[in-house]
Amino acid sequence: MNFSIYDFTGFILSIDKFLREAFSPQTAVIIEMVLVGICFLLFVSLLGLVLVYVERKVCAFFQQRLGPMRVGYWGTAQTIADIVKLLFKESLITRNSDKFLFNLAAFIVILAPFMIIGVVPFAKGLHAMDIDIGILYIVAISSLGVTGILLAGWSSNNKYSLIGAMRSGAQIISYELSVGLSLLTIVILTGSLQLSEIVESQRDGWWIFKGNIPVIIAFIIFIVASTAETNRGPFDMAEAESELTAGFHTEYSGIKFAFFFLAEYINLFIIAAIAATVFFGGWMPLHAGNFEAFNKVMDFIPPIIWFFGKVAVIIFIIMWFKWTFPRLRIDQMLLLEWKYLLPLNLANLLLMSVIAWKGWHF
Amino acid sequence: MFKSIKKYFADIYSAIKSLLTGMKVTGYYFSHPKEIITQQYPENRETLKMFERFRGEVVLIHNENNEHACTGCSACEIACPNGSIEIISDKAIDPETGKPKKVIDKFVYQLSMCTFCNLCIIACPTDAIKMAQTFEHSVYDRSKLTKILNRPGSKIMAGVKEKVKE
Repeated sequence: MNFSIYDFTGFILSIDKFLREAFSPQTAVIIEMVLVGICFLLFVSLLGLVLVYVERKVCAFFQQRLGPMRVGYWGTAQTIADIVKLLFKESLITRNSDKFLFNLAAFIVILAPFMIIGVVPFAKGLHAMDIDIGILYIVAISSLGVTGILLAGWSSNNKYSLIGAMRSGAQIISYELSVGLSLLTIVILTGSLQLSEIVESQRDGWWIFKGNIPVIIAFIIFIVASTAETNRGPFDMAEAESELTAGFHTEYSGIKFAFFFLAEYINLFIIAAIAATVFFGGWMPLHAGNFEAFNKVMDFIPPIIWFFGKVAVIIFIIMWFKWTFPRLRIDQMLLLEWKYLLPLNLANLLLMSVIAWKGWHF
Repeated sequence: MFKSIKKYFADIYSAIKSLLTGMKVTGYYFSHPKEIITQQYPENRETLKMFERFRGEVVLIHNENNEHACTGCSACEIACPNGSIEIISDKAIDPETGKPKKVIDKFVYQLSMCTFCNLCIIACPTDAIKMAQTFEHSVYDRSKLTKILNRPGSKIMAGVKEKVKE
């Protein structure tokens, strides 16, 4: 066991070696998959607890409130109390709903973010699945979540749910384009779809600093489009409380409601993780050219802290958006995508290609 | 053509500018926890001070000699839209002039009916009543919400004349 906080490769390989010596290769692979699954399950549930608390606190401070204060020190045990409450609640199913689809929808919604979280590089060597089409995989799977939302809206047999689900469908199909195209600008620079290679290409500086103005524009478009894709405010028309009660999850209660809730927060983490990986160098510490002393100091901070620090900053910015901006109308939202983000994105992609071809970036 | 392209980018610029203005405001609130207005009520019961404009209940102002400024003119009773105030007046001989003069016997105020509209305070010609900032009004018996505002043995302040407020 050669454990190091700076490089997990040796640690992971030693576990793999141990399992392969103890079991047959097939069993070893299955055990590894189960171990990774349990790790992600624990990580995701912990993440949900923390993010719900953080969101409530951040939201409160933006609105001159204190937020949860009673349960635990500064309300830290509030989310645990909420989870316990949700677990004990009755899981209602409305009478004329399509019961099979109704139950299935909650699982599909949580499945998509689970599939994406596997390709996120957390630190050097701490990477469940390093596939060579990482970006393509993310873009493809992230639109799978909309199936769950559409099914939830359809099977609920409720007009509000259906309207919410349809809005969500229109929204995700539109904004999927901008997410993909803004990620492509970085793919042009790195020449690879593999996430570990994208991180490696930022060893001498993050793309947001190296890649001139087009990368900054791409980052802004990515943040806007991915906020819309996860149905978060100011693009939360799918659940618009004031118009549609709660949109597609109106009829859900108890643990299945908790699934929708959890999925929203994992999605938030995932878009922040992708933005951090692609634009801010993932787990790569901040390196500035040839300043050896500065680079040494930055290398001293473990990569996992770099990764979660960047993710935390981006999550904070997205929360800042949600609690500042007013909700858009459905036509305004489609106008923003098709008349502003998409043309700008295409022009930006062209500009980026010229820059990459001429080698004008750093 | 050129004009519309210019408008397109001007729109983007003004949109980003106005969004950043909003973020500046919320960012200021976030970074200044002193701005938080939430009161943690049962914990800070001793130190909690309500705002001046808060309307808790109607009180009759008494000075240290147990004197008030109510002449019993019933302007507040007339002004009250839902009849929460009832003034039971009495006649007393004025020691200065020797003539009978109207004084209040009971200033009955029903807190359970009051909507805290402040009209009685505006109507009072002698500024005898005001809104207090108390708010812990819960009692176990409804009859306790009917209050007699003039204290026992209190009398009118010297020099308070019944006059019409301009």
